[in-house]
Amino acid sequence: MMSTTAEVIPDYPSPAKEFWQGFTANRGAFAALIVFALIALASILSPLVAPYSPIEQFRDHMLTPPVWAEGGSWQFIFGTDELGRDILSRLLHGGRVSLGIGLASVLLSLLPGVLLGLLAAFYQHSISPIIMRVMDIMLALPGLLLAICVITVLGPGLINTVIAIAIGALPGYTRLTRAAALAETAKDYVTASRVAGAGVARLMFVTVLPNCMAPLIVNATLSFSSAILETAGLGFLGLGVQAPTPEWGTMLSAARDYIQRAPWVVTLPGLTILITVLSINLMGDGLRDALDPKLKKVG
Amino acid sequence: MFACLRKNLATVLPTLIGITLVAFGLIRLVPGDPIEVMMGERRLDPEAHAALVKQMGLDQPLPVQYFDYVSKLAQGDLGESLVSREPVAKEFAVLFPATVELAAAALLLAVTLGLALGMLAGLKRGSLVDQGVMGAATVGYSMPVFWWGLILIMFFSVNLGWTPVSGRISIEYDVARVTGFLLIDSWLSGEEGAFRSACMHLILPALVLGTSTLAVVARMTRSSMLEVLREDYIRTARAKGLNPTRVVVVHALRNALIPVLTVVGMQTGSLLAGAVLTETIFSWPGIGKWLIDSIARRDYPVVQAGILISAATFIAVNLIVDILYGVVNPRIRSLH
Repeated sequence: MMSTTAEVIPDYPSPAKEFWQGFTANRGAFAALIVFALIALASILSPLVAPYSPIEQFRDHMLTPPVWAEGGSWQFIFGTDELGRDILSRLLHGGRVSLGIGLASVLLSLLPGVLLGLLAAFYQHSISPIIMRVMDIMLALPGLLLAICVITVLGPGLINTVIAIAIGALPGYTRLTRAAALAETAKDYVTASRVAGAGVARLMFVTVLPNCMAPLIVNATLSFSSAILETAGLGFLGLGVQAPTPEWGTMLSAARDYIQRAPWVVTLPGLTILITVLSINLMGDGLRDALDPKLKKVG
Repeated sequence: MFACLRKNLATVLPTLIGITLVAFGLIRLVPGDPIEVMMGERRLDPEAHAALVKQMGLDQPLPVQYFDYVSKLAQGDLGESLVSREPVAKEFAVLFPATVELAAAALLLAVTLGLALGMLAGLKRGSLVDQGVMGAATVGYSMPVFWWGLILIMFFSVNLGWTPVSGRISIEYDVARVTGFLLIDSWLSGEEGAFRSACMHLILPALVLGTSTLAVVARMTRSSMLEVLREDYIRTARAKGLNPTRVVVVHALRNALIPVLTVVGMQTGSLLAGAVLTETIFSWPGIGKWLIDSIARRDYPVVQAGILISAATFIAVNLIVDILYGVVNPRIRSLH
């Protein structure tokens, strides 16, 4: 960036290259990408890399401490829980569940959210008021509470957790898409396209939507991390994924009674959640820097 | 001022009506017979079943049921708990101050510390202090509330024995109920031990609940501060030789507060949601724990009321924030 003034004819980098340069300029984001990639890879490959089955109970090894603590052994690197299950295996398999729910709920809120937002932007007088009022109502119930509402109706479980979290994230996408699309529709290139005879669908998805992607991608990253936190929160409250399915929050809920006797049962799942969420948030900061030069000036 | 209030109310009213629809639909959307779902394992003879259907008005057409529900709401009747058989409004009156006390303490902690740290980071931009504060803020923002609570309990309550593990006050004190806020009530009681006990019980939950808000406020204050410090009027103020502290506190901070205020309003939502988790961890007898316990007991009238109250609180706080804008920023006031 600093050297561009010295060059006479700037050699314009491709958008992908420019994005990558912007992203890697933020060292925290780059480190976070590596950490997250490792976590994701380990979770995806959990059946291959996990030493044991996540639900196998070793009755002779209940509450075995991790290898670095007194009384620990290499047999169970992260120790075992109250039922003698290997914590490392549960964390690895749990990653599949937690990351999977996060990803699924992001997609499930992103797609309808974008569609509703575009509709609201293109039909400002007919559809928009209805959509936005409904979104306002949904926004009046903050994240986890709306999810609890949905769980109350649907009952706990893996699929219902995805639905509950997706519904909670929906208003964010709708409002964001609408705001971004409204800003674009006022511009000349959209008018030109309209005059040239482009239909509404083409205007929406081909002309306008690609230019609204930057804030949507950043929001998707941030809602991915909050989806993981909410999944864990619901699991902790006993309203999310049900035992014996390994899920990070559900693991913590059972561990509460062992704070004194077996602190590792509490520490490790929470640390895993924290590191995962932290790496996604740092990546989100980097994405914002790389995609949205307007925001970069501040801070 | 009143015009601004009227305009706000016009947008709030439809939302409030929508929320009553959500709360109303909650029981009726549950698949299957709502009475059977509510009773769960508890067996019910057909006669009692029919009586309950009639009592809850479930035999009426839906619009009639809704109208009935709203008109009862308007009279402060939130229904009756299926478990305790007490009016929900009565239980709520006892529990609500506990949540308000917790949330207010968390917000106070978050805003004072967040403003101070954010200002410090903004003024010392790029320094070690700045990097430390921003790093901590990113971690704080990513923190799973319930785990953070457990870790603090493990460290401060179990290992060091400094703070109690759960509840609002030690059982040895029987403080007369005046306001429902234990800090105030125990202060009024004149018993020093009771007040100290209430403080010690409050400190960890408030810290846990306030952490993510603290992080957000610190980040927002810093970036808002950086932006304001570049403004011409700051340079003017400095150039005319004003005391640097005065420039920061009076000229910069007041203008930097505007975006921070928005964030505080939005954070009330996450405080309410966080209260559900925090109260569960610390067995804090407030609305959040009540809500979760009631879901487990399938006490639907309570769940209905809990959702309604949380949403109404959130809406009310944002309304207040909207009005406060005008107080902090005269430019907005003149717009209305």
